[in-house]
Parts: sequence; C-alpha cells; structure tokens
Amino acid sequence: MIPDLGKYADTVLWSYAASIALLVLLIVFSIARGRKVRTEMEKVEQRMTRNG
Amino acid sequence: MIALLLRDLKLAFRAGGGFGLGLAFFLIVTVLVPFSVGPQSSLLSTIAPGVLWLGALLACLLSLDRLLALDWEDGSLDLLATAPLPLESVVSIKALAHWLTTGLPLVLAAPFLGVLLNLPAPGFFWLVISLLIGTPAMSVIGTFGAALTVGLKRGGLLLSLLVLPLYVPTLIFGAEVARRGATGMETQTPLLMLAGITAATIALLPFASAAVLRINLR
Amino acid sequence: MSIAAKANALWEYANPRKFLATSERVMPFFWVTSLACIVVGLVWGFFFTPDDYKQGSTVKIIYLHVPAALMAINCWLMMLATSLVWLVRRHHVSALAARAAAPIGIVMTLIALATGAIWGQPMWGTWWAWDPRLTSFLILFLFYLGYVALWEAIEDPDTAADLTSVLCLVGSVFALLSRYAVNFWNQGLHQGASVMRAAAVTGADTEEKVSNIYFYPLLLCIIGFVLLFIALVLYRTGTEIRARRIKALLARERVNG
Repeated sequence: MIPDLGKYADTVLWSYAASIALLVLLIVFSIARGRKVRTEMEKVEQRMTRNG
Repeated sequence: MIALLLRDLKLAFRAGGGFGLGLAFFLIVTVLVPFSVGPQSSLLSTIAPGVLWLGALLACLLSLDRLLALDWEDGSLDLLATAPLPLESVVSIKALAHWLTTGLPLVLAAPFLGVLLNLPAPGFFWLVISLLIGTPAMSVIGTFGAALTVGLKRGGLLLSLLVLPLYVPTLIFGAEVARRGATGMETQTPLLMLAGITAATIALLPFASAAVLRINLR
Repeated sequence: MSIAAKANALWEYANPRKFLATSERVMPFFWVTSLACIVVGLVWGFFFTPDDYKQGSTVKIIYLHVPAALMAINCWLMMLATSLVWLVRRHHVSALAARAAAPIGIVMTLIALATGAIWGQPMWGTWWAWDPRLTSFLILFLFYLGYVALWEAIEDPDTAADLTSVLCLVGSVFALLSRYAVNFWNQGLHQGASVMRAAAVTGADTEEKVSNIYFYPLLLCIIGFVLLFIALVLYRTGTEIRARRIKALLARERVNG
C-alpha cells in the first residue's frame, strides 16, 4: 500500500505528519473556539431578551 | 519645536535614565561577549562589528519604553496633541531627542568598546560611520513602536516584539558596512542602502507614529 | 450603512449580519471542496507520482511545502488589504477578518518552515541554513507574532483594530525591505537547490521547471489550500464577530443593570 519511499521515508513521513497535525490542530482549535463563542452569545442574547 | 527639544533633553539629563543606562548596558553587553564565546582575539575581532551593532541596537531598544511613557503618564502628551504644533513634528522631535540622548552616545562609545573586542584597525572608521547613519533610523522606528504601545500597562516586552522585526533591514545593512569595513572590502552598496533606509524612515515613519499616537490618545 | 455602501453591492457584506448569513451559506462548499482537493492532491502526489531522480521521494514534500508557503504570504497580503479597507471605510468585518486570518498565517508559516527544515536535513545536510528564503520566512513569522500579540494586548476593540492595521501597513513595507536586505546579506548558498521551489512559487514558469507529473497534484493542493484558507477565514471571522457582539451586549448589560 505505502509506496517505496527509499532512504528518505522518514523525511517524507515526518513532514506529512507535522503538516497535517498542524493543519488539524488549527481547524480543531478554530472550531472549538467558534462553538464556545456561539453558545456563549446565545446565552447572553437569551438573558438580554428575558431581562428586556 | 526647539523648546520642546530642549525640554526633552533637559528631562533626559536630569532623570539620568536613558542617557546613562543605555551606555552602561552597551558596555555590559560588550564585556559579557568574550565571557560567552571565549577570549581568542582572532574570533573576537571577527565578530566585533556584529556584536557592537547588536549591542547598540539592544541598548537603543532598552530605552524606548521611556520615550513616550513618561509624557503619557503625566498627561503632557495630551497637551502636546492639542498644541498648535502638528503631532508629526512632535514625534519627530521626540525621536531626535531620543537619538541625541541614546543614539549619539552609543556612536561615540562604540570605538572604545571596539578596542575591548579587538576590532581590526580599519573597522573603527566604518563602525562609527555605520552607527552614525544607522542609529537615527533605530530612534525613528523605535518611536513608532513606542507610540503603538504607549497606552499599555505592560508594553515593554510587546514593544521589543514589535520593534525588533522592524530593525532587521537596518541591522543587516549597518552590520554589513561595519563587517566589510573591518575586513577591508568595499562598503559603498550597503552604506547607500543603510542611508536610504534611514532617510526613508525619517521622512515617512513620523506620519505613521503620529497617526498611531492620535488613535491612542482618542 | 452609508449611501456609498448601498451603492456598491460588495460593501453589503460589511454588514456583520449579512456577512454571517452569507458565509454560513457558502462555507460548507468551501470546506468540502477544499478538503476534497487537499485529500485528492495529497493522495495523488503521495502514492501516484514517481520519485525525483535527484531528490528521491523527498520531492513529495512539495505538495505541502509550496501551498503552505504560498498561503503564508497570501495571508499577509489579505491582512494588508483588509487592514486598508478598515482604515479607509471603517467596516468592522474587515478588521475582524484580518484578526481571524493572522493565526492561519502563523500555522502556514510554521508548516512551510517545518517541512523545509525536515526536507533540508537530508538534502542540504542541515536542518536550518541562513538561506535568504528561509530567513525571510522566519522574519515573516516574527511579524505575525507581533501582530497577534498587539491584537491580544489592547482592550478597546476599535483601537486594537486601528493600531494593528497601521502595524500591518508599516510591517508590510519593512517585511519587503527585509526580503531584499536578506537577499543582499547572504546571496543564497543553496540557490541551486531552491531554483525549483523558486520557480514553483512564482508560478509563471512552473511548467518548465516542475514537470507535469508533479505539477497537477501540486496545483490541486494549492487550490485546496486556498479554499481551506477561505473557509477558515470565513469561519474564524464569524467567531470574531460573535465574540465582539458578546462584548457589546455585556457592556450594554452593565450600563443598564
């Protein structure tokens, strides 16, 4: 399945792992913060409408 | 304008802060370098131009957070902003005062510290010339950084983070002049580039500093 | 909304509500196509392209390195553009978009630097060399750090937007200056090795330098990264708008209560 990467296998796999990990981290953090902020806004908005 | 310059100079001398401290810092950095890299004079004379440039740059950086902060705290910056003098001239004067009290002493001290680091003989002239041309740019860029962070409580560290990348071109060309001068190579190209950067920053950056200061004074 | 904004359809998206509604509608498209492009491009590049005769299998790193490097620069350009829009037309969405983009730029710069270092180890025999291109990226990274730090440090959102915008403008000039200064300072010991990457980045003569076998998956990855960047910016700008709204609501609550 994995193609023969020759003597540079480590190099290629490490750079793929590092890049993809960084990208996934960025996306996960963005979405986590987005979710948190969204729920918090809804909470605050509801409180505002209740209190007038 | 001249009154403002004189006032800033007088304050700097009386407080003793920027004037003495910058020089002392420059001296200490230079003295520490041989301790960290070893006493071989050939090695020291190779790195001397770069170390002296870096030391001067850091000494300059150290004094930046006092550049506007004192005036900000006692409210005289608000007065200056409402004065008939345009804010652009105010920040230019501030930068000039900073250069006279910090940059110029560094330039004058550099050759003596060069002796400590075994700077090759032809290097002295070029070191002084490059610092003389380069330090005004550092003062002007530093004024911009100080204006950006003036309202912040812990602005000092942030100021370094913002200003150091902006110092890169000046440092590269300035140290290159000193390095080439010390090894007897031609210095014209980096010297012209350095002078160009200094001239451009003096001409343009006060507008950015003044704009930033206006935002902060809002 | 001012009259000028109504006159020009594009400026309608400067209205946060309108921006949120529209971005919510188009975002799924960007997410799906970007991930599809990246996955297909990477799989294609990783499994179905031959090794380079000189670089061996390390040539496969190009599919991550080049798009990331490209986006690291484009991200700064986008921040420059949105900063200008904020300074000139005072649209809040614009300033928030610049803020939202900066961390993406940091990650892209990190990817470019990391893959470059990992690639450089076997190719140049060192993790890091003070090559002009590498050095410029490191400096760009520092600029990003300063920009983000300034955003974080300032309480008042409008002041923060103004100051970071000016910093972005001034920083752009100095970043460009640094690029030339660095070129002058060290005229590229590794020029031979980076010709291929230089050509790939400039794009114009890509097809001559990078052969077609590598070019098509690379193009796919670049498109994927661009789309991913757009998706992330839209999403993160939405987050910033909501965070800003929370702040405004809480402030109003404090005044009323």
